[in-house]
Formats: sequence, C-alpha cells, structure tokens
Amino acid sequence: MKMRLDEQTIALRAAKEFQDGNVVNLGYGMPGLCANFIPEGRTIFFQSENGVLGYGELAPDEEKDYELINACDQPVTRQPGMCFFDSGISFDMIRGGHIDIVVLGAYQVSEKGDLANWGRPGRPATGMGGAMDLVIGAKRAIVTMMHTTKDGEPRIVKQCTYPLTARECVSTIFTDIAVIEVAPKGLVLKEIAPGWLSEEVQKLTEPKLIIAPDLHEIEL
Amino acid sequence: MAVNKVFASPDAAVADIFDGATIMIGGFGSFGGLPINLLTALSRQGAKNLTVISNAGGVGFELSDRIKPGGYPDVGILYEKGQVKKFIGSVPALGGMPPTAPIEMAFNEGKVEIEMVPQGTLAERIRAGAGGLGGFYSPTGVGTVAEKGKEKKVINGREYILELPLTADFALIKAHKADTLGNLVYRGTARCFNPVMATAAKTTIVEVDRIVQPGEIDPEAVVTPHIYIHRVVEVAE
Repeated sequence: MKMRLDEQTIALRAAKEFQDGNVVNLGYGMPGLCANFIPEGRTIFFQSENGVLGYGELAPDEEKDYELINACDQPVTRQPGMCFFDSGISFDMIRGGHIDIVVLGAYQVSEKGDLANWGRPGRPATGMGGAMDLVIGAKRAIVTMMHTTKDGEPRIVKQCTYPLTARECVSTIFTDIAVIEVAPKGLVLKEIAPGWLSEEVQKLTEPKLIIAPDLHEIEL
Repeated sequence: MAVNKVFASPDAAVADIFDGATIMIGGFGSFGGLPINLLTALSRQGAKNLTVISNAGGVGFELSDRIKPGGYPDVGILYEKGQVKKFIGSVPALGGMPPTAPIEMAFNEGKVEIEMVPQGTLAERIRAGAGGLGGFYSPTGVGTVAEKGKEKKVINGREYILELPLTADFALIKAHKADTLGNLVYRGTARCFNPVMATAAKTTIVEVDRIVQPGEIDPEAVVTPHIYIHRVVEVAE
C-alpha cells in the first residue's frame, strides 16, 4: 500500500541520524518533534538557541513550565546535567561550530542544497530567527518537510524562489515520501516511502534525481 | 550605595521613557523572560515613535493563547497602540501563525519599519554595543538579503559581513531575583536575551519575582553584575 509519512514519522526517521553524544538543535515546527524519538541507547544533548543545553522530552500538560521552553516555544522537561546560558553565548556555540546537527523545516531546498525556510510570498514580516546562524555554524544541516506544497508543487527545486537562509548548506532532506542526500554530483534518492516508485518521487521533484544503487524503503 | 534602585511599581519605573526613545525589550518573544509588567506599564504610559529592539515582534494577546493557554500580553501591545515606529529583531512575525499579529498588521499598513537581523547577529550587535566595540565581521547571512548594503570582507578564505553595534536609551528586562543593588539571577530559559540587553542601555530597568538583600545571592551565581542595573521592580508571580 502506498503511504505518505506523517510529521511524527518523518521526525522519527530524521532522529535516527543522531549519533551517540551529538549536540543537536531542532528548528521550529516538525523538527521539534525529533526530541521524542532519540534512538535507543544513544545520549543526545539538545541545544536550543534561546539558551539551554541538555533538555528532555516535550513536557506533558501537567508538567508545563513556561520558563523552560525550546526555541519553538514548547515547554520541555528537565534532565540531570542540563544548563542555561544567554543568547550571546548560545550563538557563540552555534557559529563557533559546537553543534553537530541542526534540523530545520523548509519552504524550498535547491539541488545544490540552498535553503529557503523563513520567508514566503504574502508574508513579508516573518523573520529568519536563528536559522541563518544555525545553518552556517552547525557541522551538518538536515531538513524535514513535506515533499510538495499543499497544491502539489515541488519544494525540492532547481533554484529557490523564496528568500534564502544560506547557500549550499543542506546535507540531507527527509520528506513524507523520500530521503534525499545533497551530494556534489546532485540529489541522490536514498530511501523511499512504502509503496512508492522512484519515478513517482521524481515527478514531484524538480531537479533530476540520482537513484542510489542501494535505494530502499525508508528505515523506521 | 546611596542610590535607591528599588521602584514601587512598574509604572513608576517607566515613567520617564520619552517619545522617540530606543528601547531594548528582553526575553525570547514568548512568555518566558518577557518583562510583561514593564511592557504593560509602557503601554499605559503611552510614549510614542519608539524604536524597539527585541528578538520577536510578539503575536499579540489573541494569538498568545496558542503558545500559553489563557494567553498573556506581549510586545504586540505596543504595536496595537501605535507606539512603535521601527522594529529591530529576528522574528518580527511568526510564519507558523496567522498574519494577524499586531506588528504584521501595522507593517502591512505601512505604519512600522522593520529591520530584520539574524538572531545571533542581533545578540552580537548588542554585545558589541555594550562592550564599546565598533562592530564585527560575521559569516551569518552571506549570500542572502541579510548582506544587503553591508561591507563584505574575506578573512582566511571565508566571506564575512560587517555588522554594527546596537545600544539603547532604555532596556526593559526580566530576571528571577535581584538584590537591592541590582545583582541578578535568572530562571531557566527566561534568561535568553535579558542578560545581553541589560548591559547595552543607558538605563536598564528589571522586573523580578523577588527582591532580596545584598548577600542573599551567592556571588558565584550572579549572572548580571549590579552596575548594569538602574531600576528594580518586584512583581508578584
């Protein structure tokens, strides 16, 4: 049966990239869900640009403390070893190369890995927040997003038409139908949602995809 | 110190904020760390033509319910009352919210100017201003709209853009505890931009959950040293 992954499942797949001991920053929206899907047996330190390192899962309703939030304004839980710092130090960490992985949402990603994730037509007052700092500072930037817009238009494009966050910064794209790696030779289709054919993914993707020799179903 | 920094009310603490002032407002944007009582006092006080430097432009009371059930007043209150002429910050409006935040409506009506600054650059521009520096070169924003009109320089093979310092006439900040001298400690992620902005204004006004006597805060735990703080107001939680 052909299926599209929901947001929780995309986050679960993206979280499998986190290696033991990684410092990970999660962006607004879907990426925030990754905090609930740490692979078994791995210790991950979540850094949030509002000034916290080492927070736990999203807080259940009865434990919500609005002075303990992630950068998506969601209350999170305390964990032994967590620490707080101000915005200046937080971005020293980010620009200074101390973040292993940043997970961000996107409006568009280009075939070269250019990212557009903060502005869109009709909304000139929305801002980039910490995204521009995060993508140039983190060792690896990955994107979670729906493969197409609500109207079925590709979000993976030859050239971004929305305002850029940074050029050539995305390493891997996790969508509801595919996992695509941004490689020097082009976009490589590595994994595919259950029931999908690579030609069907290609139809919803503007640039030409290179099919990985070991293309397989998305690992969940 | 002969000077008494403790003010009786938020209204008394913001009474002399003048028309045309540049004001830093601490916090991250949402509830935690926002000096809500100073903000509502400034809204009552009515100063106009303000330049506001804050990480976010606020979502306004109506949408704030989506962030914290029951809602809370945020920076949006100043845009609702038309007190702001210019915003400097990283998230004027949130793309994940409907376009009805007060700042977004004011911007769309041409009533507010927006200077969008990447968040890390914002923090660093304030630190530069606080530390008496003339600016710094940052790699953030190269190849994007954030580099428009700025000097670029290649240092050790990497491209950077020149960013200039920010200072303010007033900073309104939130801390957890102050002693009567103005030494501050914060709570959780309510720290964020507060300690940064506290150091960059001519007059820094802090609202705290509790005021204590000097000696009651462990000197090893002080985050903001008292010389940066000019006025302290206790607000019951």
